[in-house]
Amino acid sequence: MDATVSFVLNGKPVTVKNPHDRMLVWVLRDELGLTGTKVGCEAGLCGACTVLVDFEAVPSCSTTLGDVAGKSVLTIEGLAVDGRLNPVQEAFREHHAFQCGYCTSGMIMAAWAFLKKKPKATKAEIVEAMEGNICRCGAHVRILDAVESAGKNLGGVR
Amino acid sequence: MRRRELLQGFAAGALTFFFTTPVGSAPIVPTRPGTYPEDFNAYLKISADGRVGCFVGKVELGQGAMTVLAMLVAEELELDPAQVDMLLGDTDLCPWDMPTGGSLTMWHTAPVLRGAAAEARAALLRLASKALGAPVSDLALKDGAIWVKSAPTRRTTFGELVQGRKMERHLGKVKPKPLADCTLLGRRVPRKDALAKVSGAAKYAGDLRLPGTLHACILRPPAQGQTLVTADTSTAERVPGVRIVRDGTLLAVVHAQPDTARKALALVKGTFEGAEPDVDDVRIYQYLVDKAAPGQRVVISRGDLAAGEKRAATVVEGEYRNAYESHATLEPHTSVAKWEEGRMTVWASTQSPFVFRDAVAEALKLGQDKVRIIAQFVGGGFGGKLVGPGAIEAARIARQVPGVPIQVAWNREEDLFLDGYRPAAVVKIRSGLDAGRGAITFWDSTVAGVSQGEAELSYDMQSNRYQAPTVPGLHPLKVGAWRAPNAHTNAFARESQLDALAAKAGMDPVTLRRRLITDARLLRLLDLAVETFGWEPAPGPTGRGIGLACGAWRQGLVVAVAQVAVDKATGKVRVEHFLEAVDVGLVVNPDGARQQVEGAITMCIGQALSEEIRFKGGRILDKNFDTYLLPRFSAIPRIQVVFAENSGMATQGIGEPPVVPVAAALANAVFDATGARVTHVPFTPARVLEALKRVPTK
Repeated sequence: MDATVSFVLNGKPVTVKNPHDRMLVWVLRDELGLTGTKVGCEAGLCGACTVLVDFEAVPSCSTTLGDVAGKSVLTIEGLAVDGRLNPVQEAFREHHAFQCGYCTSGMIMAAWAFLKKKPKATKAEIVEAMEGNICRCGAHVRILDAVESAGKNLGGVR
Repeated sequence: MRRRELLQGFAAGALTFFFTTPVGSAPIVPTRPGTYPEDFNAYLKISADGRVGCFVGKVELGQGAMTVLAMLVAEELELDPAQVDMLLGDTDLCPWDMPTGGSLTMWHTAPVLRGAAAEARAALLRLASKALGAPVSDLALKDGAIWVKSAPTRRTTFGELVQGRKMERHLGKVKPKPLADCTLLGRRVPRKDALAKVSGAAKYAGDLRLPGTLHACILRPPAQGQTLVTADTSTAERVPGVRIVRDGTLLAVVHAQPDTARKALALVKGTFEGAEPDVDDVRIYQYLVDKAAPGQRVVISRGDLAAGEKRAATVVEGEYRNAYESHATLEPHTSVAKWEEGRMTVWASTQSPFVFRDAVAEALKLGQDKVRIIAQFVGGGFGGKLVGPGAIEAARIARQVPGVPIQVAWNREEDLFLDGYRPAAVVKIRSGLDAGRGAITFWDSTVAGVSQGEAELSYDMQSNRYQAPTVPGLHPLKVGAWRAPNAHTNAFARESQLDALAAKAGMDPVTLRRRLITDARLLRLLDLAVETFGWEPAPGPTGRGIGLACGAWRQGLVVAVAQVAVDKATGKVRVEHFLEAVDVGLVVNPDGARQQVEGAITMCIGQALSEEIRFKGGRILDKNFDTYLLPRFSAIPRIQVVFAENSGMATQGIGEPPVVPVAAALANAVFDATGARVTHVPFTPARVLEALKRVPTK
């Protein structure tokens, strides 16, 4: 049964008519056209589909539409403000912290959720926070550097 | 810039350079003689607004082709690489090219593109000379403007010189700039795909939103090699919006929503036929040895092995194995196909647009001119997307529903099931060292599962023999090219064996290699690696956990040094530090090259320690990343990369070479840490524990 579900998407209210138990990733990509969120494993194992729900990083492949009713969802498309990249996006760009780019949206979302809570993180804490996100090309060292430097730019100098 | 805008910009009044490549002198090697060189090849177009469009049949897999190729064009035309718009991998718009693989872009395509840009520069200067009434020698150019040096107010632009002209040039008449005059090559430039990738705007094949697209999920057999006999689709067909499309033994459930198509597919009951091989991931090694044995052929043989063995003071016999490994690109194989007006267009995640085009044409019995492949950003390749069964599936289904775009996006289970794996292999080596510990007196190697590719390195051997299988269809599972195919299997065996010889003879493994290496370039690279790392010579095992290995991919050379810590209670190997010294000739894009090395080291930590396809018969037991284990952040060591200064040698590819010695360096480091020799890739904790049990107690 299709139900009407309302939530806030990238700062704007949206209402979609879709089954409650439909996974959020399909709603984002197919109903709402936001294809920056990627599909990698459909089982919450790779992090490519990471989005923020009320600022918690979650795999949107394993989060239902019903789960986000009345909540705030942030995707990669909602990070830049007035065309200005978010500090994590900027750091990924500067460090070339990607190769194929398929994991990048999820990496940036996971890093942003973490840094919002803990900009003064140690490298070990960053590793722990990013452990759920897979990069197959091996951009890991640059991703860690980028997250660390974004944290510093957010005022988290240790 | 979006593809459509790019094309609109170049459609009206663009200056197009067509190039003919003289047969015989082209650096590009055609896979089918006659296809490539006679073509008109429009590599470069200059639009009325002065932007330069570069059309190349390679694709951007993440390896940075888009950036480095733009650098080459920008260098010749004195532009910023940001002023060069790259259009890659469209078989209608780009000149024919080989697949994007084998680390060949810089070796094959780069010289052609540099030559094309050099010719374009000369032609633009000639046009400007006429327009400005000044000799070419008195002209200068920068950022799309051309002016008279002695009177800089007299100037024109690329855009003003363009009036819908088409020029035919013959490659090779104009030489590219000498290296000394190059200002971009060797500098760090921003990746051209950076903004698209960090903003989520980059489009992969699954991100196209063509109006009316339907998603097709295909019924799979439980085991590789089986085919569909009967199917009961009655329950699935009751799902609103579902339709079933069949083409022979291909059956797809099609729906406007990808997840609904997937759920409806689960309601289809099929029966399949086809025998499964009686083998699994444990028995595969003996299976390969037995099956390869009758067809083993001597491929290299030098000197008298028996005499060499008599001279040996230290003899080691080793058997080295590696498991099947998946490419496991994070983006599964994805294609969108549309059949319209007698033509098939496929937007694909591909390393080989032209191979895909020919394969789709063959599968659908169409002429090659009736198929167009448009490559998108590719979410990883590593050899796995050189072939395109998914593109063929999409095209076959699309043919049944004219005018409707059909997307086939494999899920993870399908991607692990349908991949062409890095072949499992067994390498047996028996070899000996003389009493003076300075010469390999004999080296007798037999490989089953792969070829002898890159088995030899420039080590001096008094006698040797390499045998490799000739049996076709050796593998019970589907196999394919996996980043540096054959080379990493053979390097693992060779470099492990050398270390075992050094240890048995009680000598430092670097000293042994230094005595054996005959190539001055490799010797210099070895010195660079050990000096940078700070290697203290000592016979192993020293307990430090440091190991070294050398490797080659064509002319690219790599020396790897690894430091590990081994938990003897659990068998877990932790990589602490990994260094590679790399010689690939002139490094055009240092940051891009460094990324490739960092990526290869990281990827191969997974290869060495955790990645293995488990199977029983044709059934693939690994279905997702919960059991198929890729390296995660906690597995990443400190990574160090140094490049040999060798700008006098032509640029070699960088994708493959740094893969080659990684597993070997790690195995040698495990030995140095524990005295246990791990001989089976991946050396999982269980295999390390087994190896530890074999260490003789003092």
